[in-house]
Amino acid sequence: MALSGIQIYKLLPQTNCKDCGYPTCLAFAMKLAAKQAELSSCPHVSEEAKAQLSEAAEPPIRLVTLQADGHEIKVGNETVLFRHEKKFFNKPGLFIRVRDTDPAEDIRAQVAAADSYRVNYVGMALSLDGFAVEATSGDPGAFASAISAVRAASARPLILISRDPAVMAAGLRAIDGESPLICGADAANWQAMAELARQHNAPLAVLGNSLDELAELTEKIKETGVKDLVLDHGARSLGAALIRQTQIRRLALKQNFRPLGFPIIAFAGNDAPGGQAVMAAQAIAKYAGFVVLDSFAPETVYPLLVLRENIYTDPQKPIQVQPALYEINNPSPEDPVLVTTNFSITYFSVANEVESSGLPAWLLVTDAEGMSVLTAWAAGKFDAERIAKAVKGFNVADKVSRKRLVLPGHVAVLSGELEEELPGWEIRVGPREAVDLPAFMKQAL
Amino acid sequence: MPVDIPKDKWPGAVRTITLGATPAEGGTRARTVTVGGEKALPYMHFEAEMPYRPVIALEIKDRRPDDWSPLLLEEWGEAASDPASWAKAAEAAGADLLVLALSLTGADGQPTTPAAAVAAAKAVLAASGLPLIVFGPGQAEADNTLLLAVAEATKGERLALGICEDKNYRTIVAAALANDHLVTARTPMDVNLAKQLNILISDMGLPLDRILMDPTTGALGYGIEYGYSVMERLRLAALQGDAMTQFPMIVTPGFEAWKAKEAKVGQGVPAEWGNWRERAITWETLTAVTLLESGADIVVLRHPESVRRVRAAIDDLMTAPVTA
Ligand code: SF4
Repeated sequence: MALSGIQIYKLLPQTNCKDCGYPTCLAFAMKLAAKQAELSSCPHVSEEAKAQLSEAAEPPIRLVTLQADGHEIKVGNETVLFRHEKKFFNKPGLFIRVRDTDPAEDIRAQVAAADSYRVNYVGMALSLDGFAVEATSGDPGAFASAISAVRAASARPLILISRDPAVMAAGLRAIDGESPLICGADAANWQAMAELARQHNAPLAVLGNSLDELAELTEKIKETGVKDLVLDHGARSLGAALIRQTQIRRLALKQNFRPLGFPIIAFAGNDAPGGQAVMAAQAIAKYAGFVVLDSFAPETVYPLLVLRENIYTDPQKPIQVQPALYEINNPSPEDPVLVTTNFSITYFSVANEVESSGLPAWLLVTDAEGMSVLTAWAAGKFDAERIAKAVKGFNVADKVSRKRLVLPGHVAVLSGELEEELPGWEIRVGPREAVDLPAFMKQAL
Repeated sequence: MPVDIPKDKWPGAVRTITLGATPAEGGTRARTVTVGGEKALPYMHFEAEMPYRPVIALEIKDRRPDDWSPLLLEEWGEAASDPASWAKAAEAAGADLLVLALSLTGADGQPTTPAAAVAAAKAVLAASGLPLIVFGPGQAEADNTLLLAVAEATKGERLALGICEDKNYRTIVAAALANDHLVTARTPMDVNLAKQLNILISDMGLPLDRILMDPTTGALGYGIEYGYSVMERLRLAALQGDAMTQFPMIVTPGFEAWKAKEAKVGQGVPAEWGNWRERAITWETLTAVTLLESGADIVVLRHPESVRRVRAAIDDLMTAPVTA
């Protein structure tokens, strides 16, 4: 949380010596608060004040980066509790857990499948972020070879899970030179784990079974010089995790509470109430920075990747496509003109349906300020006038010989007005949902 | 290090609303369902007790639907051809209450008649003791004639009648007023439109403990983030004391999710979408749970397995330790 000019002034020498180039310490403080001056311009400021000022300049939730060979995931640095207040910035990393007790072939197969998994959603290719390898065996050798097996199948960032520093050290040696997330430090092992984090320049997850314990641990670990911390609040059930995650986010944002100003790691177990997808979905919407899934399955991962996109969309900027006349499956002048809005989800639903049906059509994307058909209609952004404007603006009449316009079923009420706006055009009412378009086009057009 | 956990203290609260009436209360329901009463954000039990748990409604139709996913039709089997059997099956599947969604036309393609709508509603009421919500087909004229007939034929049952929208609410509200029912007020994902409609409805004299609001949502992947944020804003406004937002929220994740291609169809979709059934149920479940956490009091679902999962989630959310 940024300090005010007055707060900064209290930390300055208050001698008004002018060495900084400003007439008074207060004037300099005001410039600092406005980020128009650098603290280094004052040669007299104490070390203690420097430390306080630089800590105050840090974001309330630390940005933690996890890297590996060309892949990078940044989490933290969030500024709001509710996405409508501004937006959520750094999408949580989705990781798949593997255990060192699983047979090596199974590990390789699952990791290879998850690593290469890519799914298209509204024109974006979505994928997972990495793997969490857990030392279930307790054996350093088994842990190291499981990590090597994962690394052989994927270059993505890793999370290493063990509470035993000796086991963790063996794991880290298996991928020497890398800085995976070490998971993690607890009340018993924190010194040794912090030392490993320091040696490997790796971020460190800290486990506390209460917020008191967690805050105490992070403060102690910070003193060792390890700064990139991640919080594991220990709650594994839905309700308790929701409360803990909310409390941590509020403490960090509303009170600038430094001991808990770090991203959260959440574990979505297969035995979670409602299933691992429910637990992971909650973690995505409610403040997690890393989400560890128990297993990989496309039917679980796809909905979660989509949810992550949805929640992290900028609410002030709906994702839009360019209003234009789009050609689908090489339409001829006799083919119908389908009308929709420029909200990207709407556009892609319609375009995908028509494209996969193989039926040729013109798709007239009207500027509805990035809203879906119903929302735009209710807001007065998708009416007969705007549609007629698009028809004229994109010279649709020059492209088609048969003037047929198909309206989305949700705005059937516009057909009368549109007939008046566009004399000579045949206005048809199509289905409400994109999924029903191919059948409609086959039967009714 | 003792951490002082900040607690929000809100001046406002969500209204408490009861659906259904037992014989002692002038109806025939075996039990009633009460929702609302929140004095804090969802499931923040350490700030205020959440007096009533969110509930799950299952949607059934007056006849076998033409446009439902084959997965759903297969799951409900023969029961989906008869509203009474469907109501029993939905109760057995764990629903807290039922939504009877009337069709625009009968199986013969002719418009649904008021007599047929009344017969379906009465059959459902006779087959199940759960409280009931009745939705019209979603076209103003049909909604008005069908819901008026149903309201009169079920006087005193404290049904919720839907859907009131800004262009069509008067007849339905009047029918609810005259026959001791509730209404659901639906607006398209907009805080101010929701408030406006609630004002219009309360101006007609309907007591405020008989209004549910449906802020509408999109499914996962189809605009859920709009519904999600509008619900968060409505709930924040309610807690801040804005009386015209202090109504329990009902949403229809089942309807929304099952019209998404990801849930509806199993063929001609990308291989990366994975197993159809599991994907479809996950689509519905995630849509529902995400909306529950943004303030939904009633979620209307379609698949029994989603009911099971959403119930497990609600159970856990409701029993989280108060001091956590
Ligand atoms: S140099 Fe430092 S002490 Fe001197 S006036 Fe500027 S801020 Fe004050």
